[in-house]
Amino acid sequence: MSKPEFVYVTYIETTAEKLWTALTDGDFTARYWFGVRLRSDWKVGSIFEMVQGDGKVSDAGKVVEYDPPRRLAYTFVNLSEEYRDDLPALATFELEPHGNLVKLTLTHAGFAEGGKMLPAISQGWPAILSSLKSMLETGQPLEIPRAALKLEG
Amino acid sequence: MIDIHNFTPATVYTIYIASTPDKIWQALTSAEFSRQYFSGFAVEADLKVGGAFIVRAPDGSRHIDGEVIACDPPRKLTVTWNVNWPGLVEKLGPTLVTYEIEPAGDAVRLTMIEAHDRALSEDILEGGRQGWPAILSSLKSLLETGHPLAMKMAPPQRMLAALKAMGIKTP
Repeated sequence: MSKPEFVYVTYIETTAEKLWTALTDGDFTARYWFGVRLRSDWKVGSIFEMVQGDGKVSDAGKVVEYDPPRRLAYTFVNLSEEYRDDLPALATFELEPHGNLVKLTLTHAGFAEGGKMLPAISQGWPAILSSLKSMLETGQPLEIPRAALKLEG
Repeated sequence: MIDIHNFTPATVYTIYIASTPDKIWQALTSAEFSRQYFSGFAVEADLKVGGAFIVRAPDGSRHIDGEVIACDPPRKLTVTWNVNWPGLVEKLGPTLVTYEIEPAGDAVRLTMIEAHDRALSEDILEGGRQGWPAILSSLKSLLETGHPLAMKMAPPQRMLAALKAMGIKTP
């Protein structure tokens, strides 16, 4: 029944330009993304990295699409031993303005069979994108400890 | 009463909200709140197992006719969520919707699980996959900012076409 991909849609009261900045500016991501700073020069083909609060790079991949403020895509995989059977999967963000809202669609696909990335990102993205929505609408991110996340069924 | 063990989740949507479980429970089960974030639709729930679960359209008609299957405020609510279009339940079977509400740090995790007792096409499932993110995004905004999203939803065209092809009359 389940396909090896994860899709998440949310609607945010903001502009596509502000949402684009929130998705690509490392200082901004650090505030809503469990302290993770995204690092890249955002040229297609360039390295894309997730830098944790302690300065360590936890995940890395490449920039695949950069078309502000409409489409952003990058691959990444966790670099730790636990994810050694995984491959860099492709996360694609589509931003569509609807009046004073933006519909954000994330499609994350291309996971290695039997890997651990898909279950991990399936619990991570709803928390990250909920916090992003709060940040843009109220100025405050959500305080969700990583330990409060859980694997589905 | 239906046997919930025959149902398999088809769509799961999780959202985190800066609120309390009690407020989220109230938002999910009261007409006063639902009209604001659910395009004017009014939830009328008799919150006990076997109680009626109705969602009334803005014109007063019963859009959803269901029954409370499990009720554990403010943690879990399971209802049958049957759209009142002629022939729909006969052809698609009942729809089961479960809300789970759990504290997660300073926020609350709300998980919506839509389950069915038979395999349905991706086209049919598009209705819920398009609707739930919009409804629950607006519920989150309402609880966090005091106002819902100004949402103008396009109808789920693939689902409506698929229902029509099955001989189900849609509005």
